[in-house]
Amino acid sequence: MSAPTEKKMVDVFSDVERETARTANPSGYAVTELAAADPRVLTLSADLSNTLAEFREKFPERYVELGIAETNSVSVAAGLATCGFKPYIFSMAPFGVLKTAEQLRTDVDYNHLPVRLVGRLSGLAMGYFGTSHYAVEDIAIARTLNNTTVIAPADAASAVALLKQNAGHDGPAYIRIAEQVPAVYEEEPAYEFGKWLKIRDGGDLTLVGHGLGVSLAVQAAQQLKDEHGVEADVFDAAYLKPFDEAALADSAEKTRNVLAIEDHSVVGGLGTIVAETLAKHQIQARLKQAALPAADLEVGVPAELYEHYGLTAATVTTKALDLIRK
Amino acid sequence: MGTLDSILERGRPVTDTELARRADWIRLQTVELIAQAGLGHYASTFSAAELLATLYYHVLRINPADAQWPDRDRFLLGKGHVATGLWPVLADLGFYPKEWLSQFGKVGSPVNDHPNMKLAPGIDFSSGSLGHNLSVGTGIALGGRLDNRDYRTFVLTGDGELQEGQVWEAAMAASHYKLGNLTVIIDANGFSGSGPTSDAMNIEPLADRFDAFGWRVTEFDGHDIAALKKALGDDLPDPSFGQPSCLIARTEKGHGVEMFSKQPQAWHLGLLEPDQQADVVAEITKRMELSR
Repeated sequence: MSAPTEKKMVDVFSDVERETARTANPSGYAVTELAAADPRVLTLSADLSNTLAEFREKFPERYVELGIAETNSVSVAAGLATCGFKPYIFSMAPFGVLKTAEQLRTDVDYNHLPVRLVGRLSGLAMGYFGTSHYAVEDIAIARTLNNTTVIAPADAASAVALLKQNAGHDGPAYIRIAEQVPAVYEEEPAYEFGKWLKIRDGGDLTLVGHGLGVSLAVQAAQQLKDEHGVEADVFDAAYLKPFDEAALADSAEKTRNVLAIEDHSVVGGLGTIVAETLAKHQIQARLKQAALPAADLEVGVPAELYEHYGLTAATVTTKALDLIRK
Repeated sequence: MGTLDSILERGRPVTDTELARRADWIRLQTVELIAQAGLGHYASTFSAAELLATLYYHVLRINPADAQWPDRDRFLLGKGHVATGLWPVLADLGFYPKEWLSQFGKVGSPVNDHPNMKLAPGIDFSSGSLGHNLSVGTGIALGGRLDNRDYRTFVLTGDGELQEGQVWEAAMAASHYKLGNLTVIIDANGFSGSGPTSDAMNIEPLADRFDAFGWRVTEFDGHDIAALKKALGDDLPDPSFGQPSCLIARTEKGHGVEMFSKQPQAWHLGLLEPDQQADVVAEITKRMELSR
């Protein structure tokens, strides 16, 4: 397994040991923990069985492999949910929400069923495999689903924490896994439903991110302070739906400068959430995005793509300085 | 009365004549509801009338007083546009008050052109988007096996619906998991919304296709009550059987009214003029009186 800072591809098709699963495969680790506590938890795999190696070993009868058939997986999960089960579907993010948007809407969301879709390899994590394997529009789609909770954990520890927390929430959810991102948390952080974690209290500007964006915000905030004497509010915006409207509005009202950082298109994700919130509350603030352009994207290993598109701590720092010095 | 006292068991005694009359009653009720709403799917509902009558008055184990009873047989209306024919049946059986039918098609009504499981008791799953419900039924059948319950899951699809790729993903999965507790009934009336089904995209030979996907297949006249009772009842293997069942009901779109069956396409979606409606009602009523 490699982190995106290394110039290698992530391999999710090989089994990992339990000792490393917690950090290398947090969603597989967490759902195994959840299944031990709740006999109604099932997993469905759209050809992503390695993520569930431990689950399969411990709970073979509660594992349903459905092959390379994501749309069927979502509707099958909806059927299982009507029987009182709590199905977790594991798929590659590019073939999750994007491919099954209509099944998620019609079968899961409209019927308020407790089906969770876990999308591994989100954003540009599958870089070298090509643009068909990118999931950079998924949040834009998922957050239009009225009854669906949309969660994008910052790292392995937060993925485990959020999966555990979401297990207590009755309803559909999309959990977007950022693959092998730098650790933000040493321990599982304590989230509240729909609330953002304030990681750092500054006041000069607001940095908000989800997934990879959180570690970039944390690193940039440190650089801003150490090298430029700028103090930033930093939020872990893991909850994208519902999101922490009050926290965002309060911070933006104070700083008047918001930088949204995400491994997602500039359209429809966190940047859009910020823009909508500023407009709704009539807050006069400057907004910048560190995100992927709404354009044909390049192909390469993730670390090089993130450099190319400015999803690095250095670029985030520069954008932050541009924002406040205007 | 406890809720278990209202269970309607499988194989309830009913004569073929009674079921044929019940199918015609469904047709009459459909005509009335469509007139109330202002537009509706006559011909598709008419092809499925004997199927609905046989399922709800002979085959299904259901519990109107407790629509969510965990051991009930499930029925999923894949071809959701036929719900107009299902609403009077569910009201008649006591799933909800008959007065609900007067709300059909109105804003806020729990019963509409397509079924919504959140609004109407007796609807085991919502439908409307074609191709989903065989997958959902596969999940429900898997759930029954996991919970060690002996209910059956029936999914009614149209033949045009089989052009949806998801149906074949489900067909693969159901036979892979050897879901003998799952039955798909194909209302093979030969027409989809814009013309003969197989002119748009050939779906035949249906029996060979499902057989190749690992299903147990039978084929029969979908308006022949005796054949329906046999295929949906006595001939259906035990849920522990190692294959799901595919019942191909060969039907006529618009069956039971000459004007519809002669021009099934014209009456896929429409609204009868008052004089036409009088003729249609007279034709059905006359047949019902003759069978008395």
